[in-house]
Amino acid sequence: MGKIEWAMWANEQALAAGLIYLTGGIVGVAGQFRGWQFAAFGVAAGCFVCMLEYPRGKRSKGTSVARTGQYCFTVCVKAFGPLTQNYYVRALLHAALSVPGGFMLATVLGCVCLGMASLIYLSAAIHGEHWEPILLTKEVKTAVGESIKEPPSNPPPRPPAELRRKRVEDVEGAAYVNPMPVITNE
Amino acid sequence: MGNWVVNHGLSTFIVVWMGINIFLFVYFFLLYDSSDRFLYTRHLLGSALSWARAPAAVLNFNCMLILLPVCRNLLSLIRGSFMCCGRSLRKQLDKNLTFHKLVAYMIALMTAVHTIAHLLNVEWLNNSRHGVYDELSTTLSELGDEQNTSYLNPIRSTTTTPTMFVFTSIAGLTGVVITLALVLIVTSSMEVIRRNYFEVFWYTHHLFIVFFAGLVFHGAGRIVRGQVTTDPPHNTSYCKDIPDEWGQDPSCPIPQFAGGFPQTWMFVIGPMVIYLFERLLRFIRYIQKVTYRKIVIRPSKVLELQLVKNGFKMEVGQYIFINCPAISPLEWHPFTLTSAPEEDFFSVHIRSAGDWTQKLITMHHCGGSCTWYEKPSLGRSLGLPRMGVDGPFGTASEDVFDYEVSMLVGAGIGVTPFASILKSVWYKFKDSNPKLRTRKIYFYWLCRETHSFEWFADLLQGLEKEMEERGMGNFLTYKLYLTGWDQSHAAHVMVHFDEDTDVITGLKQKTHYGRPNWDKEFEEVRKDNPTSVVGTFLCGPEALAKTLEKKCVKYSNVDPRKTKFYFNKENF
Repeated sequence: MGKIEWAMWANEQALAAGLIYLTGGIVGVAGQFRGWQFAAFGVAAGCFVCMLEYPRGKRSKGTSVARTGQYCFTVCVKAFGPLTQNYYVRALLHAALSVPGGFMLATVLGCVCLGMASLIYLSAAIHGEHWEPILLTKEVKTAVGESIKEPPSNPPPRPPAELRRKRVEDVEGAAYVNPMPVITNE
Repeated sequence: MGNWVVNHGLSTFIVVWMGINIFLFVYFFLLYDSSDRFLYTRHLLGSALSWARAPAAVLNFNCMLILLPVCRNLLSLIRGSFMCCGRSLRKQLDKNLTFHKLVAYMIALMTAVHTIAHLLNVEWLNNSRHGVYDELSTTLSELGDEQNTSYLNPIRSTTTTPTMFVFTSIAGLTGVVITLALVLIVTSSMEVIRRNYFEVFWYTHHLFIVFFAGLVFHGAGRIVRGQVTTDPPHNTSYCKDIPDEWGQDPSCPIPQFAGGFPQTWMFVIGPMVIYLFERLLRFIRYIQKVTYRKIVIRPSKVLELQLVKNGFKMEVGQYIFINCPAISPLEWHPFTLTSAPEEDFFSVHIRSAGDWTQKLITMHHCGGSCTWYEKPSLGRSLGLPRMGVDGPFGTASEDVFDYEVSMLVGAGIGVTPFASILKSVWYKFKDSNPKLRTRKIYFYWLCRETHSFEWFADLLQGLEKEMEERGMGNFLTYKLYLTGWDQSHAAHVMVHFDEDTDVITGLKQKTHYGRPNWDKEFEEVRKDNPTSVVGTFLCGPEALAKTLEKKCVKYSNVDPRKTKFYFNKENF
């Protein structure tokens, strides 16, 4: 299976936590629950966490599958440089964001989920992982060589590679080579 | 349309399942929304009562179903006892994990609705308790404070907060815990985690124990309460306007309330017991002794293990789960059996594809000098690892001999189930087994590199020879497709075009280059077998499955007397 990258799970968990936080916040604000100001904070924090976590990081080994339309988020998150790259920072940030959620029932689930995400991020950070953006690597166009201007050295029609005779100048190389190993039938 | 149903049987099954879900939701929604028993409860909670109870009913039903598709021994049992019934019914059992996921999605969705509704409920109950709303709400909330009355509002203290209430009641506490367990299970089962970090997925999934334990006790608090009939009866439609005079007016005695009987445990206890037996059986299988018969390491890094176990009985195309305690005592990995039932051992071909398989191959390799051993019970003396084997478990390929004509498609290592089938065909031919209904087999093998052909070519060669000797050369038509080829291959083939056998495999059939043209192949099969029922079997990637499934629908004829294609798939 390869080494576990905790950050991948932390990312899924944090994204889910963000959604749960957001939903709880919306319920709290819409229902005008007692202490709905905390719910309003939950809406903001949930939105923020979702946007921060939507761009999936690059896996250290193997193919990384980006989420649909994560490109512009990736660019934004990448712009913050070391701040968003370091998972200790994320763990701390999520832990801090989750605290106000604990003060009212509607956001309690979001709070605990985000707290768990923070813990998983902490473990990712301890394992030495960090966030890398998934960006399309530009295909390097190889410049056309100068030789294109010269006439072909071995113009068609050409026989299959195995049947090609070596040039006569190269006497040793001109010795006939069997295209297939010859095996006696026993 | 008829063919569509034939080829998408699971969809019909899903329609039934979805129908039950919708029925349960609507039925319980209307029950709580209109029943007189809950008139006062509704006065406190509004429609959030129905929005909480309807998902609860759907959740009960789905929590009952979620464990069943992962009981593989149970599925084998059902498959075995359905032998009399149609194959399309049995085929549905292969899509067990798809169903498991669907049920899980439904549980996640219903949990969200249920939780949101209860968040509102708790807040409003608390408000009523504080006398925020009208007189009736306050009166109803105060019921139960005095003797001889039963409460309706489960919040009994005027100083508590919704959070405190939730964390001190059975329903609230278990609800929070099992929702958290569910969230962790769901986030760790996402495709990216499941495929790449299986251990995380596997261990986290065991939070289902917490989930079910909490679920069983979730209803024990009997928090949702309805009115019970009193003598004389309490006339709600009249009394609800005069809460002041309750107990004084003879037609308005003080209403009495009781909580609903907890039902969830009745839904889930059966599947829980079945699952417990399943795990017990797996444990017994784990401690049963397995001996090595032969170990072969193929040059293309494929390890062939031939094993013997007492009481092991297999059918073609089945798979087993292998556990190697020396690598990890908890991990079970599925492998398709490559031996025929007629042989006195069972074998698997293991390709190096990840950590686990790599470790297993290294353990059996002993430095590369001794590539194979041929003595039973040699394993222990050579320090070979102990193995646990669970299975075999049935899949669609079991049905190959039931179809008059079979199209077998194997891609890459996916050829393994067909190794077993072709071997079995060979044995059945030798014995002229009357059970062999098949008249014709088309076998397509798609492969990227020539290396991989070699370990399978032996078998095909033997089969070819045998068939020719018996003058049954028409029985098996096989086509090999080499998908990864270059110019030197092509040139090579051009040179040897006139020879009798293929340059790569040494077989009579020439290897094709590139991918098969499925339209052409299906057309040909239909032309050759104008009145047959054709079973199409695939072990390979998802994209190919989609293509073949479409072709099966396209080339099936509506006329029941004409050619029909049935699609079967095996996928890990």
